[in-house]
Amino acid sequence: MSPERRPVFLARRTYRQRRLGDAARLLPIAAGVLMALPLLWRGPEGDPGTAMVMIYIFGLWVVLVGLTALISRHLRAREPQTGETDHGDM
Amino acid sequence: MSVLNVLVLVCVGYVALLFTVAFGADRAAASGRVGWLRTPLVYTLSLSIYCTAWTFYGAVGFAARSGLEFVTIYLGPTLVMIGWWWTLRRLVRVGRHQRITSIADLISSRYGKSNLLAVVVTVLAVISTTPYIALQLQSVTLSFAAFAETDPNANHLSDMQSTALWVAVGLTVFTVLFGTRNLDANERHHGVVMAIALEAVVKLCALLAVGIFVVWGLAGGLSGTLDRIESSDISRFEVSESRWVGLTLLSAAAFICLPRIFQVMVVENEDEDHLRTAAWAFPTYLMLMSLFVIPIAAVGLDLMPEGANPDLFVLTLPLMEGRDSLAILSFLGGFSSATSMVIVAAIALSTMVSNHIVMPVWLRYSGRGAMMSGDMRKVAIMARRLSIAGVVFLGYLYFHLSGGGSALAAIGLISFVGVAQFLPALLGGLFWRGATRSGALAGLSAGAIIWLYCLFLPSFGPSEVLPEAVFDHGLWGIAWLRPYALFGAEGLDPVIHALMWSMLLNVAGFILGSLLSFPQPLERLQGAQFVDVFDHSGTPGGWTGNMAQSEDLLVMSQRIMGAQAAQALFADAARRQGVSGYLPEPSPDFLQELERILAGSVGAATAHAMVSQIVGGAAVSVEDLMAVADETAQIMEYSTQLEAKSRELARTARQLRQANEKLTQLSVQKDGFLSQISHELRTPMTSIRAFSEILRDTGDLTPEEQEKYASIIHDETVRLTRLLDDLLDLSVLENGQVEINSQTGELSDVLDRAERAAGVRDTALQVDRDRASEAITLTSDLDRLAQVFINLIANARKYCDGSPPVLTIRAGVRDGRVVIDFTDNGSGIPPAKQAVIFEKFSRIGQTTADGAGLGLAICREIMERLGGSVSYVPGQAGAAFRVTLPLAGRESAGEPVQEGAVT
Repeated sequence: MSPERRPVFLARRTYRQRRLGDAARLLPIAAGVLMALPLLWRGPEGDPGTAMVMIYIFGLWVVLVGLTALISRHLRAREPQTGETDHGDM
Repeated sequence: MSVLNVLVLVCVGYVALLFTVAFGADRAAASGRVGWLRTPLVYTLSLSIYCTAWTFYGAVGFAARSGLEFVTIYLGPTLVMIGWWWTLRRLVRVGRHQRITSIADLISSRYGKSNLLAVVVTVLAVISTTPYIALQLQSVTLSFAAFAETDPNANHLSDMQSTALWVAVGLTVFTVLFGTRNLDANERHHGVVMAIALEAVVKLCALLAVGIFVVWGLAGGLSGTLDRIESSDISRFEVSESRWVGLTLLSAAAFICLPRIFQVMVVENEDEDHLRTAAWAFPTYLMLMSLFVIPIAAVGLDLMPEGANPDLFVLTLPLMEGRDSLAILSFLGGFSSATSMVIVAAIALSTMVSNHIVMPVWLRYSGRGAMMSGDMRKVAIMARRLSIAGVVFLGYLYFHLSGGGSALAAIGLISFVGVAQFLPALLGGLFWRGATRSGALAGLSAGAIIWLYCLFLPSFGPSEVLPEAVFDHGLWGIAWLRPYALFGAEGLDPVIHALMWSMLLNVAGFILGSLLSFPQPLERLQGAQFVDVFDHSGTPGGWTGNMAQSEDLLVMSQRIMGAQAAQALFADAARRQGVSGYLPEPSPDFLQELERILAGSVGAATAHAMVSQIVGGAAVSVEDLMAVADETAQIMEYSTQLEAKSRELARTARQLRQANEKLTQLSVQKDGFLSQISHELRTPMTSIRAFSEILRDTGDLTPEEQEKYASIIHDETVRLTRLLDDLLDLSVLENGQVEINSQTGELSDVLDRAERAAGVRDTALQVDRDRASEAITLTSDLDRLAQVFINLIANARKYCDGSPPVLTIRAGVRDGRVVIDFTDNGSGIPPAKQAVIFEKFSRIGQTTADGAGLGLAICREIMERLGGSVSYVPGQAGAAFRVTLPLAGRESAGEPVQEGAVT
């Protein structure tokens, strides 16, 4: 492996990119947990109603789509060069 | 005109539209106007081939049977898409970087371009996709039949098979026309992708239209729909936990592994950045596709007569209500879903079959391999066309034989479990460098066997393929081998049961096989390329070739890529190398590029085999690696040597610097001494001359005056003589022409004599001696030794500036040598001077004391002759000199005593 050192601290923009990447990785895990949530529900007659679960699932779907769109907007498929400098982006 | 005839017309018109769109897109791409073809929207829509007729019709059937559980089939892909940063980003990058043509190509390429692995993946993909294609044909025929039922004139029975056959033939023609236009899979099928995108829009619109009609037209709005759901059979959320979680994971795995999805997501990908949009847009598409499924199912269950096929509610609900145009739109949606799936699946599978099965076999048996005559390009395209026809025909055959019996959704899930077997080898290959070919083979085989035995073969029903006895009592009567209760795991849903066991054994085989085996060099190189695809875009270890092979390579490439493209490529490479003409140097870089481009046409394994046939030998053999390692070792050794040399040089330079300093100082001293000695000689000479002139020229001198002048002349000559004696003494000592008169005596006696002779008595210098320690009997030249002592004591007398000045003399015996220290309490000798005090003509400072600076130089020479030494000991109270000499003197130290010694 090349002994090339990476900087310990990153410019603010690169740092943001990294954290966005973390968020993008965590999102499917959170989504998986939330999708399994209705399995734990109990309605008055034992199982919860299909309509209620359906509304929950589709609501969750919309939220997930929104979050993904938000994260992906700022996330580049090609990671920026680590040497990229921060041009006064506060 | 009957509805059925209208339907046939609409169908033909729709297909004509598809042809036009595909043709137009291909034309636009060919003329370079690809801007609007390469949008993230088209990419997202092309992903929608995940939603097949199984989705379009089957989802409602699934929902009518098991309620909300159907949604897991869409939640899985949603998870994968919103988690694109994990997997898909890497997958697409690897696919583009390595010019991957199919999932079999990816897996084969990752594990050392192994064709065996590619064949296994291809066979498994064909087995699991064939029923799926049958399912599409079945759905089209069923929907046709649904229309036919409303038309009393139609003859249903003959229609069933012939419809399927016509659809199959039409799809084959379309796929062959637009799917094999380019040989290089990486040149992308713009026409097909555009057609798929159009079909995606059609099926979404159709399903949404039916959904809106059902909710607002039949159920009376949102609240009415919710009431219908509440009162229907599927009002309760009664799913088993294992199926809910299991099916979500299964559909997620299948979404990554399905050959057709891989085709549009990785192979047809134009720009990695399109994933960013697809990450949220495709889940939106899936959500819209499943939005009205439950309402349609609930209303259908409510309104449709008992025993109606819930798989066709999407179609039969509008038909029953007399909404023929809506029904035709709905039919078109289902038709779109079915055709797009079959087209892309056929392209993906035919690429795999022709690249990994047909071409290698043809290369092996058709003659002398890559160099034989004939246009390989035609062969490759023909292989692909035949493969497409073969794949579609297999689907038709399956449909024909199975009779279109079982529920649609069941086949879909069985197929999913089959392709999910690629997942461990695929993800393991992308994330784990330790994954090996043996591991991938072991895992895939184990998973495939379990899948075949526990799910695929039993799906034909008892006594069809597997005998009844095997179901009840297990293989060979072993209860643990029952297909639906493997290893005693009873009571599980068959799909979940097969998924669990096949994935467990697959992963176990993959990991164990990888841990226990040792990868080939090429595997390790490819592994590093795949896993570290974001870190470096370097190339695996290379080819070496000679000029004569360039022509052969060009001949071969022309046959695969076409003459123009190959010549352009070669000319470009030659230009980049600074060579004119069409034949570049077969440098490793060029060969790698060529192999990668060929891989786009015929797959990595075949391209690799073809290039290696011409260039000769495997790309990277163990020998090559060892040669590289040797070279590295040599370079390392060389650099170590260089380092040692440079250290040595640094040391020498330091020594030279020291020597230079010393020389400079000596030169200064010599200059100083020369002026001193001139002065010393001149002073007596001047007075001798002056007084001798007086004696000669002055006649009237009194005898007293004469005596006085004569004695001055005498004194001065004595002084001159002494100076010359010293110089002579030193010269003699230095030349080794000295006589050693060995005597035996006490050290204290010698010191006494020296102390007396040095004239200490009359001065302020106190000499502190420890007489007890001086009781040492010596055998040496005691006169010479005394001379050294006299000099040291005299020096202390002359130079010690302590008040009162004290000279401490301590003697002792260490390691068989006598050591005598002379330490005074003065200010000592400055470090700068310590190096030169033993040199000739050296005097400390501008002292007023007499002497020519030869004393210590003489001492050093004497001590060396006596086999001992005299040295300055730094860091003491004052100036400290240490004299050492052997206890029993030597006859002669160092140089032999020369004859004719003069003193």
